[in-house]
Amino acid sequence: MSLTDASAEAEHVPEEAPAVRGKGPWRLAWERLARDRAAMVSLGVIAVIVLLALLAPVFAAITGHDPQAQFPETGLTPEGLPVGPGSDFWLGADSLGRDLFIRILYGARISLLVGLLSTLLATVFGIVAGMVAGFYGGWVDGVLARVLDVVLSFPYLLVAIVLVAALGASVPLMIFVIAFFSFAAMARVVRGQTIAYKEREFIEAARSMGAGKVRTMFVDVVPNLIAPVTVLATLLIPTSIVFEATLSFLGLGVDPRTASWGAILADSVDFYRVAPGLLVFPALMLLLTTLSFNLLGDGIRDALDPRSDRLLPGK
Amino acid sequence: MTPLLNVSDVRKYFPIRKGVFLRREVGRVHAVDGVSLQVRAGETLGIVGESGCGKSTLARCVTGLYPVTSGSIEFDGAPIGGKGFRRDVQMIFQDPYGSLNPRRRVGSIIADPLVIHRIGNAAERRRRVQELMELVGLNPEHFNRFPAEFSGGQRQRIGIARALASRPRLVVCDEPVSALDVSIQAQVINLLKDLQAELGLTYVFIAHDLSVVRYVSDRVAVMYLGRIVEIAPGEDLYKTPRHPYTNALLSAASVADPDLSARRERIVLTGDVPSPITPPSGCRFHPRCPKAQARCVREDPLLLPGGDHSAACHFPVVPGERLGAEHAGIPQESTEPGLGRTEPDRGGE
Repeated sequence: MSLTDASAEAEHVPEEAPAVRGKGPWRLAWERLARDRAAMVSLGVIAVIVLLALLAPVFAAITGHDPQAQFPETGLTPEGLPVGPGSDFWLGADSLGRDLFIRILYGARISLLVGLLSTLLATVFGIVAGMVAGFYGGWVDGVLARVLDVVLSFPYLLVAIVLVAALGASVPLMIFVIAFFSFAAMARVVRGQTIAYKEREFIEAARSMGAGKVRTMFVDVVPNLIAPVTVLATLLIPTSIVFEATLSFLGLGVDPRTASWGAILADSVDFYRVAPGLLVFPALMLLLTTLSFNLLGDGIRDALDPRSDRLLPGK
Repeated sequence: MTPLLNVSDVRKYFPIRKGVFLRREVGRVHAVDGVSLQVRAGETLGIVGESGCGKSTLARCVTGLYPVTSGSIEFDGAPIGGKGFRRDVQMIFQDPYGSLNPRRRVGSIIADPLVIHRIGNAAERRRRVQELMELVGLNPEHFNRFPAEFSGGQRQRIGIARALASRPRLVVCDEPVSALDVSIQAQVINLLKDLQAELGLTYVFIAHDLSVVRYVSDRVAVMYLGRIVEIAPGEDLYKTPRHPYTNALLSAASVADPDLSARRERIVLTGDVPSPITPPSGCRFHPRCPKAQARCVREDPLLLPGGDHSAACHFPVVPGERLGAEHAGIPQESTEPGLGRTEPDRGGE
């Protein structure tokens, strides 16, 4: 090449471009997500469930049925069996004459609260632990990685039983237990991503400019973690909801009198032959919720990383 | 006059470890092995060499990214890493894609040195960012965009703007144009030259392309297997190369003129670059040198300091001498030719 010849024409002329704000990676991801029909339907379903949970007291006021109130006269047949769906009890009553619809709505509050809060907690701790382990490496990484291995090999149900027996069932305890057992998965993913990004040149550039480790972690690593963390968090929510239902089903979750999907299902065990709604409706809600979160999570993953292959190709 | 940058006898070895638990050290990559050089204020020192010769490692030692194994590096009379060092010395990286965080807007990337060194307030920084973008030939209105929205050449301009933000005195350019198209290379190199004249910068310019280095450099150092084999003012080096390796390197460079190219004699080196894990004894170049003698195996030639044009060779090439294409060196048992490019030099291609 002849550099001297090229120098004359080398003057760069900035093109006359309007001052547009570029479409960021998030904007592009959202546009891809908006085209994903399954993800959009799931998002709609989740929105409806959240709305129903928020409006639970309104529905309680409309029907006049408190979630804890028993209605032996209207809710039970003369033989003492729960009544079926009707204009008074929209989805029927349970074995104690309580309104099933209202209880499912209040159960949605518990499920969503536990699912979201425990995932949030697990995400925060997972990011901190994973990033510190991945970024500092050495013995810090060694110790943290072994701790994660131990957490992942814990028999979580046994630990939950012991904790509930010792401390008594409560919502905060359950959130803490679920978060404790899901943060390790998050930490592992974050650690792997951090190690991968640590070798990138822009981290070296930050170091050469004199940026400290903490600043580099938050300014340069965290923005790159948002995509995998968002995907995993969306997928952790349904896991946490199922975990909550399992614990409540076993009587280890929230206070047994509180309405919760797991607890309602546990009640239904003796009555599903005469009142199938008692089993079907909460189970459907659980299925719908977890399925929606899972589909949304898949959609977010595809939207954030268009190069990743789908499990099933096709439209 | 004291040099702005004084590198004396710097060595950088990378340990090779094996085993899961004990991580025994089984060997060392001699990436930089006894390099001394001075850079004067306002000049451009070019460093050339094949990939794997340790030039990127040297750049990272100079900017304090790698701690040196031994030797010392002084910037402006004080050991590197002191107060203000990270402000006064900046680096331009080879890969315009990897060196910019894809998730951040370019305005915030360029402002990084200002934020890190607490220069100015938010409004001043923004003004400075736009000023820098204009200086490097970018549209200042584009500060809100992401790196992915720019071409390779434009991204390298972003990297240059970032390096200049803190008004550095020394800029280490690690193959700043080798990832770019040839037509874009010229633009970026001319930009760097203009900026040097305008801002009084000092450059350490690393490249494997001889014509690029020739165009930008006042002095040129040639590296081979972690050592400087020859250092000279640019024109001297290209007109009267003394080290046989420099001769071979220059003869291998492509020339645009086909007549000249046909007339010119190509010195083809035999063998491969020896492994930097077990470098050859004596002169590093002796297994491949057409002029090698027994002395070259025993004695390590010194790069004499002080002189303007010095070559680390016992039998330097004199002008007009013809270096035979056939290998005249002493018979040599194989020095693991296959391991020739194991240096962890991420600047290589």
